[in-house]
Order: sequence, then C-alpha cells, then structure tokens
Amino acid sequence: MSGRPEARAVAAFDLEAVRREFPVLRETVHGKPLVYLDSAASAQKPQAVIDAESEVYERSYSNIHRGVHHLSMLATDAYEGARAKVQRFLGAAESREIVLLRGTTEAVNLVAQSYGRKHVGAGDEVLITGLEHHSNIVPWQMLCEEKGATLRVAPIDDAGEVDMAAFERLLSPRTRIVSVSHVSNALGTVNPVRRMTELAHATGAVVMVDGAQAAPHLAVDVRAIGCDFYAFSGHKVYGPSGVGALYGRAVLLEAMPPWQGGGDMIASVTFEKSTWNELPYKFEAGTPNIAGGIALGAAIDWVERVGLDVIATHEHDLLLHGTRVLGEIPGLRIVGTARKKAGVLSFVLDGIHPHDVGTILDYEGIAVRTGHHCAQPVMDRYGIPATTRASLACFNTREELDQLALGIRKVQEMFR
Amino acid sequence: MDLRELYQEVILDHSKRPRNFHGMPDANRSANGHNPLCGDRATVYLHVEGDVVRDVSFEGSGCSISTASASMMTDALKGKTVAEATALFERFHDLVTADPSKAAVAAVELGKLAVFAGVHEFPMRVKCASLAWHTMKAALEGGDKASTE
Repeated sequence: MSGRPEARAVAAFDLEAVRREFPVLRETVHGKPLVYLDSAASAQKPQAVIDAESEVYERSYSNIHRGVHHLSMLATDAYEGARAKVQRFLGAAESREIVLLRGTTEAVNLVAQSYGRKHVGAGDEVLITGLEHHSNIVPWQMLCEEKGATLRVAPIDDAGEVDMAAFERLLSPRTRIVSVSHVSNALGTVNPVRRMTELAHATGAVVMVDGAQAAPHLAVDVRAIGCDFYAFSGHKVYGPSGVGALYGRAVLLEAMPPWQGGGDMIASVTFEKSTWNELPYKFEAGTPNIAGGIALGAAIDWVERVGLDVIATHEHDLLLHGTRVLGEIPGLRIVGTARKKAGVLSFVLDGIHPHDVGTILDYEGIAVRTGHHCAQPVMDRYGIPATTRASLACFNTREELDQLALGIRKVQEMFR
Repeated sequence: MDLRELYQEVILDHSKRPRNFHGMPDANRSANGHNPLCGDRATVYLHVEGDVVRDVSFEGSGCSISTASASMMTDALKGKTVAEATALFERFHDLVTADPSKAAVAAVELGKLAVFAGVHEFPMRVKCASLAWHTMKAALEGGDKASTE
C-alpha cells in the first residue's frame, strides 16, 4: 500500500470522538484511568449499542414472530432488520442464510451436531488447526468420538502460522469437515482462510470458519472466502453478549436436520409428527435474545459507520507500535509473530508468571487477560503454561500501549 | 490496599528461591494439584512416619503466590503431626478467605504464614495461595488429586 491512502484513512479516524462514545472509558481503576486491553475476551460497548438495547425494552419489546399486535410487529421487524444487517456485514447472499443464536460456540456446536452427525461417519476425518480455541476443538472431538471418526490437526510453526504444506497433506477424501479460525484468539494469527477453503473444497470437504476474533478487526466477505459456514459473536464486535450469528450456505442449511426442537422452529406439530419451519427459523428454537439481537444490529451499524477498513488501519498501527515498545523490554518475548496478525499481543516475561503480571497491571488500571486463553494446545505448542495477552480495539491508543510497557517494567522492578 | 501487602518481601523471596522444591524418592504420600483456571500445577510429596510429617517437598509451576505459598507450607509442616498439619490447613484457609471471626486468630496461629493475609483482598488469587495446601491435604488423606475448582 502506498503511504497516501493510509494516511488519509488515519486522518478520517477521529480517535478521541470514538473514545467518547464508550462510557466505560471514563471509569478509573485503582485510581488510574482504565486502559482496556482485553477486547479479545469481550469488547466494551459504545453508547449507541447500550441505547439500542434499552430502547427496545422501553418502547418496542415483545416476543417475535408471534403476535398480531403492534409491539410484536415492531420487535419482529427490528429483529429481522438485525438479521439483514448481519447478512450485509458478512456479505451473504440471502438473509435466510443467517441463523441468529447465542454466539460462535453455539454455532460450531450446531454445525457439528446437525451437519456433522449427518455427514461424518466411522473412519471419516475432521481437520482443524493447532491454533484453535477450545470451542473449535471440543465440539469436533465430541462428534468424532460419537461417530468413530478421527480429528486431525494441522500444526503451527514457531511464528504461530499454520503449516500449509501439512494442512494440504492432512486433507484427504476422508476429510468431511475442515474447521479453522479466521483469526487466532491467543496469537492473533490471520489464517489464509480463502486458500484453506479452496484446498478443502478440492478434496470434497465443507469448511467452517470461526470468525469470533476476525469480525471486530477486518471486513469479512463469506462469498469471497468461499466457506460453507462462518460464525461470529456479538459481544466481540461491540454488541451484547449472548447473541451471535451463523452463516451457512442455503443449500447446506436446507439439507441439514434441525438441531434443537421447540417453538418457532416448526411448521406444524402433531403428536405423530412435526414438520420444520423454513430457513433460518428451522435452527432457531425458542425465544431468542431479542433485545440483544436488535442491539447486535446497532453494533454492526456502529462498526460500519466508523468503518472496518479505518478500524483495521488504526489497529494495525497500534499492533506495530505495541510490538515495538514491548520488543524493547528486556526479558519479554512476544508469542505469536505471524506475518499477518490482528488485534493481539501475547507475551511472556522471563521468570515472572502471567498471573502476577495481570494483578500488578490491574493496579495500574490496565486490563489484560492472563492464562491459556481457552487455547491450551497453543500453550503446549510453545511449552508455556500461560501468556499475558493485550488485545486491541478501535478505541485504544498508542499512549495506552506505552502505559502497558511502563506497567510491565514496574512488574519487572517488583520481581527484580 | 497496597500491592506490597500482596507481594511482601518474604513472598517474593520464596517465589524466586522456593524451598524444598524437588521430588522425593522415599515419599509415602503424594498428590497432584491443578488450578484449571490459570494452569498452575503442584505436586506435593510427604514422608509420614507414624503420626509425624518427617519431610515435605513440592514440584510444579505457577505464579509467585502459589510458588511462595507451597514453599512456605513445606517449611512449616516439617515435624508437625498429621493433626497439626490438618489444623494448619484450616487456619490457612481461614486466613486467605478472611472469615472475619477467624482470620485474626488464624494469623496468630500461622506465624510466618500470616504474610498471606493480603491475599484475601485479591479474590482472584485465593486459589493460587491455596493450591499447594489443598494438594497437601489430598496427599495426607490418601487421595492423589486436588483441584482448586
């Protein structure tokens, strides 16, 4: 990229204005201004999202898809409006390809239990990678155990990139499903999901992409990726927790059996037999997180208003700055140095456990995550029990990363 | 609340130079402890003769609080009877969970171990401080596993 458009993009991004939209950033922690570097665990919410959710309860709340009354129509329209926003956000062809559910974890479980149980049999294989979150490991383990299938894992190298030669070798005609994260939550690696999808499709496997860590940081286009399923969580894209979305290609969703039975997912019910509702409702049993879904729509509006390309440029600048200032600290090693990264600075300090780092940084007002980040196999790969992870959002600043570096030096001072 | 109340000099010292930090070939009791939340692990070895804890050691990996707690525990338990060791476990538990009616008494009875009193101000760290103690208790009782969960 030439310097000019990037400079223009940064100029278009009013960081102070964005920060003012997050009420929590006015909070202090232990007397210090909050420095929130834990957005990979869950993002903070802008006022627009908070308002959207309370407005539902104040003015237009009702159950959806049921009543003939005014409020039910308002709530249904708003909820279906949110679905249409998700469809646009992901670049899906049709809104019936968007299943609204609790989040990415539920989406992976849905695909494993519905598509997987139908199409994976004894001797078949499911392929994942060595950098997956537990939620993209365990549902496949459960499926493989039930079906007598085998879970294969494409290893990662020292930088935290998937070994693509090994990935290709591990694909076989027995591979039924490939499930990979778009961005690693523990390392920040951006996976080449488009290439992975091409390779997987060439051997006849379907591809699921776990987009939980990607959706807040980069523009997603499921048709450009070519994947069959894509999932993300609302709470990581500045929306509420307890709501998220699964994209599935209509032809696959049509052929899949329902996952959970209940209200809203049926066309008709008799004691002898029930028939299923059309897409996507077939996969949406029970009353969903209505206000949360509507607020997810507001979060997508907000993100699109700020602009994902602008956010990505800003966060990339932060990532470079953070990598530089942390890299200057003796005894600090960054874990995850992939060529393409998004949003995550994971690191270890010589002789100091991440748990201690987390407690001491908290006293500086700095919120980071410490531990295995629900990715124990990643920790095992590097032979470490845990890391400290600073993760970025659009509202973070270079100065906050300088404060992080200063805080880390204080930690080292205490343990000298 | 000052951070130094948690990270006291004696705690930092034991975390950097843990005492009795090795295996024990002639141990007749041992148990593995695990804190699934943060991945800390501790193995506690005991050599119990009759009613007396003759020797104690530990291995594992963890944060400074869990390492120092394990180290100071091993120092404190040598030569204690099984009943005394169990009582110390109870007192230590009272101290770090800060049951107000018991913490003051516990602090007196625990002697040096009272430096862990600051832990109760850090609820997320109570499990770090207690891991080795739970593991020791499991070993005493003949179990082989302890978890802080």
